[in-house]
Amino acid sequence: MVEWTDFERATIQSIFSKMDYDDVGPAALSRCLVVYPWTQRYFGNFGNLYNAAAIQGNPMVAAHGKTVLRGLDRAVKNMDDIKATYAELSVLHSEKLRVDPDNFRLLADCLTIVVAARMGADFTADVQRAFQKFLAVVVSSLGRQYH
Amino acid sequence: MSLSAKEKVIVKDFFAKVSSRSDEIGAEALARLIVVYPQTKSYFAHWKDLSPNGAPVRKHGITVMGGVYEAVSKIDDLAGGLLTLSELHAFVLRVDPVNFKILSHCIMVVLSMLFAEEFTPQIHVAVDKFLALLALALAEKYR
Repeated sequence: MVEWTDFERATIQSIFSKMDYDDVGPAALSRCLVVYPWTQRYFGNFGNLYNAAAIQGNPMVAAHGKTVLRGLDRAVKNMDDIKATYAELSVLHSEKLRVDPDNFRLLADCLTIVVAARMGADFTADVQRAFQKFLAVVVSSLGRQYH
Repeated sequence: MSLSAKEKVIVKDFFAKVSSRSDEIGAEALARLIVVYPQTKSYFAHWKDLSPNGAPVRKHGITVMGGVYEAVSKIDDLAGGLLTLSELHAFVLRVDPVNFKILSHCIMVVLSMLFAEEFTPQIHVAVDKFLALLALALAEKYR
């Protein structure tokens, strides 16, 4: 089981309680598709992903970004058993969606960059460490059911 | 992966725009490196003060950022232009190249924090590529 310090728990709850999921989700996913264009392979039916402007204006990308953030919320609310919380989602990503688990790490990095932009100076080094630890647990749990 | 002519312009313009705060960027990025990735402290065991806001860390962050700016000025031939730095990292410092990626991430987090509006996805991808190519140039002499 992952050990969380009081600071880490409080930090994660604080970040997500102040976050606008409908802003951050689309921003993080669209950034991922621009910065790591090979991730577009999973979104063949999303229409126009031809350039950065198209990606950032694409309503299906925005909708899916919100879906992903709402999925992340489950881990925020179950920090003491993220592995079990994501068991089903892990199977889904492995067996049905067939997403290379390294892509979870890429999206996590983009999410960190977006949250840093939103929080500015409040995104201190200690806050960053807590946030990245949380995302690392999420990424690991999502990759857990791959065989 | 190589930088297009357009991306080189994006990188040069962006780094010129943020140059007045380059010391702050460097100091903050290195502080984050050792806080968020404590294993990197292994390279600085010879410093008495390893606190993120202490003088040695901040000073070294400024040095490193100076190197990044030197690379920007040599963006048309990174491997050739950074030969001396590559030899330093290969034979003297022997920094495991995985740490270049980690530091690049920390630099970009700081850029995103300080220049939220400017660090758009289009600029992010060009800077990410540039830092990756810089890392490759630094590792040129490793083996």
